[in-house]
Amino acid sequence: MATTLNINGKDETVEAAAGTPLLWVLRDHLKMTGTKFGCGIAQCGACTVHVDDTPTRACITPHDSLAGSKITTIEGVAGGAADAIRSTWIKNDVPQCGYCQSGQIMAATALLEENSNPSDDDIDAAMSGNICRCATYMSIRRAIKEAAKEL
Amino acid sequence: MFLHDIGIIPVGDKTQTPNSSGPKITNLTRRGFVVGSSLFVVGVALAGCSRYEEPKIDPDSLDLPAAGPSPLTNVKGGDATPALWIAIEEDGTVKITCHRSEMGQQVWTSMAQIVADELEADWDNVEIVQAIGHERYGDQNTDGSRSVRYNFHRLRLAGAAMKQMLVEAAAIYWKMDPSECEATLGKVGNSQNSDTLSYGNLAKIAAKLQVPEEAKVTLKDPKDWRYINKEIASLTVPKITRGEGTFGIDVDIPDMVYAVIARPPQLFGKTGAVRDEKALAVPGVMRTVKLPDASPPALFKALGGVAVIGSDTWAAIQGRNALEINWVDGPNAGYDSETFAEQMIQTAKRSGTVRRKRGDVAAGLSNASKRVEAEYYAPHLSQSPMEPPAATARWDGDKLECWACVQDPQATRQALSDLLEIDKENITVNATWLGGAFGRKSKPDFVVEAALIAKEVDRPVKVTWTREDEVRHGYYHSVSAQRLEAGLDEDGKCTSYLHRTVFPPIASTFSPGMDVPTDGEMGLGATDVPFNMPNLQVESGNAKGHLRIGWLRSVSNIYHAFAVQSFAAELAHVAGRDQKDYLLELIGDARTLDPGTEGATYPNYDASIEEYPIETARLSNVVNIASEMAKWGRTMPSGHGLGIAVHRSFLSYIATVVEVAVSPEGALTIPGIWLAVDAGTVINPRHTRAQMEGGTIYGLSNALFGEITAKNGAVVQDNFPSWRALRMGEAPRAFEVQIVKSNSAPAGVGEPATPPAAPALANAIFNATGHRIRKLPIIGASGSRLSLPAKETA
Ligand code: FES
Ligand code: FES
Repeated sequence: MATTLNINGKDETVEAAAGTPLLWVLRDHLKMTGTKFGCGIAQCGACTVHVDDTPTRACITPHDSLAGSKITTIEGVAGGAADAIRSTWIKNDVPQCGYCQSGQIMAATALLEENSNPSDDDIDAAMSGNICRCATYMSIRRAIKEAAKEL
Repeated sequence: MFLHDIGIIPVGDKTQTPNSSGPKITNLTRRGFVVGSSLFVVGVALAGCSRYEEPKIDPDSLDLPAAGPSPLTNVKGGDATPALWIAIEEDGTVKITCHRSEMGQQVWTSMAQIVADELEADWDNVEIVQAIGHERYGDQNTDGSRSVRYNFHRLRLAGAAMKQMLVEAAAIYWKMDPSECEATLGKVGNSQNSDTLSYGNLAKIAAKLQVPEEAKVTLKDPKDWRYINKEIASLTVPKITRGEGTFGIDVDIPDMVYAVIARPPQLFGKTGAVRDEKALAVPGVMRTVKLPDASPPALFKALGGVAVIGSDTWAAIQGRNALEINWVDGPNAGYDSETFAEQMIQTAKRSGTVRRKRGDVAAGLSNASKRVEAEYYAPHLSQSPMEPPAATARWDGDKLECWACVQDPQATRQALSDLLEIDKENITVNATWLGGAFGRKSKPDFVVEAALIAKEVDRPVKVTWTREDEVRHGYYHSVSAQRLEAGLDEDGKCTSYLHRTVFPPIASTFSPGMDVPTDGEMGLGATDVPFNMPNLQVESGNAKGHLRIGWLRSVSNIYHAFAVQSFAAELAHVAGRDQKDYLLELIGDARTLDPGTEGATYPNYDASIEEYPIETARLSNVVNIASEMAKWGRTMPSGHGLGIAVHRSFLSYIATVVEVAVSPEGALTIPGIWLAVDAGTVINPRHTRAQMEGGTIYGLSNALFGEITAKNGAVVQDNFPSWRALRMGEAPRAFEVQIVKSNSAPAGVGEPATPPAAPALANAIFNATGHRIRKLPIIGASGSRLSLPAKETA
């Protein structure tokens, strides 16, 4: 079944079985492997993308439900919040292995787009869906606060 | 001095040098974190007042002395021949080969720092080449927190030898003596004029010169290091922020198909009747492949079961869900972790095999004025790196090539050769980036699966483990039961100490029926206990493995440090003393220890005990630093408590103070953690701090929530959240790390922060609530608050 998806501002036509989650369409069909698989059941946040600017778990979102939506992935996320997050991520060397970090960056960017001055509780609420087994949480919190100042 | 000393560039200063007419240094982005000691720059040439243009040298135009073989093939640590590690391209790019696996410990960056420093390379020109698995690199097992320790010397040597050869090449071209030439940041200058030759220009000549012997290679004085021991930014992070870089699960090769596997729920369970009609009817499913049943020993064998091959991963997962399989019970069908825990606790009550002995513990205990006894239990754990195991395999006739997130590409190659019965020379193993590993990816069973399936379907195959696979079919951290007994005199001083530890050894994965804890595991926190009482005995008790047992970040140190450091605090409580003061007293005076003199067979992390002795002064030092950082002894608000633990592992010394706050309802938060680490010479302080935070929180996550249980031989948990990992909202609010300045030989940093985390936490909970935690996990998978044991006086 062919579906046209708007990803990072570009229309992509994909041929995938009905109900195939966006995650596997991105990774296996479009070879956009920046979006990661960590649990498949919306528990870890590794697959976070933005659908119409809202952080969304790609692992449980059927791709064929997204025709007409604007999908943004780690490869394409841009703008003030994304730039600030990328730059403080680099400045602080936030990632360790990096595997969870596409999801962390997508979640943190969405947070800053909503709330340019998040409190600790706001950060907890926005980021607790994203597991990091390397436990970069301390650096993530620091970097989000620095990015908020840069905005 | 023949070059202008232009002074010091302060950290992060991008406004050029103090001398405004001095050279312009462009692109400080990566070099910006380097504190230049005395930055050598060829001042005049770069200042723009000279017309000097570097000549392009034709290597064939030079008369070069004959060169023999490299004399550096067998130095401390292995082969230091420069060409094995360094390739300099004409444009000046310095390609450094990293033979260790990058899994977030920043080994790309640290290996490059070591080589580039001695080479005098310009950091902005450094690129990493990931080595394939091959003996020529020496040990590639990225495990045991030893990449720096094993390679520090020889990589310095390789960089310095290469630099000397580049200098010699320039000297030949200029017809000068090498002593008149000096290398600085990718260029060679000389004392007679302001000409320079760049490394890119000299590389081809240098490659033809004789590699110097070790005695003739001059290593830098540590005070001249420009990259080592500096806060150099990671080489991987910029890519990561753009979603670039290839992890094992990201590998994509032409014509590849996707596989997931239904594995027998029990280790060594068998695959009975299979009905795959429904699976084959799932759109995108191409076929199924039955894998051979596994039999003991587990080794790195595939576990058997049925693979589903699909045109994408989702199709394969859906196909697997539709399989109908009769699993047949195997030898572990009766394994129930709850019953087994009871058996292990009973074993710990009986006297065991003596593994270290000082004085007479039995007499000491019976003469003590007070006796203290405690039993501790810690469950199986799963490593659960965020990237589950994944491997891609391609056959070309009898040649096999694999791409996978493996910690040890050599062991992977060996396992493939042994288990598929093919010549090692026909196997290429490419290590990708690892999305975390924590010991899971030192076991290449998943690569073996990919190779088996690719052979069967005659196409390249990527095998992806789902999270359920990873949680249910792992190589688990061993379950353990321990008993400690101590005798105190009238003053509360500990005079006798008995530690008995019972756990299925990792060796059970490799030799069937092996149930005796090995010297290696006993040396991870049991036989190396640094306490100073007249009577001391360490014993082990046997336990059989029923799951695959494997390494997990810091291994047996986790349960041993939990018991030993909790018990130390229990003794302090019985003696009516401060935890920290009592801990220092148990450690005793400054001295070096060798458990070998007290009957232990002690491997000391494969290091010589002379080079890396157990130094009690370093333990006491980190205890003092961490307690000062935490303001130990301050008045705590109600419900708050501080706890401390100290542990030497992987040759590093770490003390951790945890503050907890426990609400009257039992909700726990962690307001702060203070950690002091003495890891000898540290290559990168910022990445060391990251490992301290990460290693500690990994330990806290396991202690609070982590538990793998089994029923009827099968693991019960399957994914987050039944296998629970600590999240942002549960992380400490503050975390301070202090790195002890040290010129001692480098020690480990990836693992040693994990062991003290759990006991520091348990000791803090005791000080906050009066409840003593002796069984892990503290909260468990589904809890939201502490389930505190009944209060008891120890
Ligand atoms: S993979 Fe989607 S939330 Fe974990
Ligand atoms: S950086 Fe490794 S899992 Fe988050």
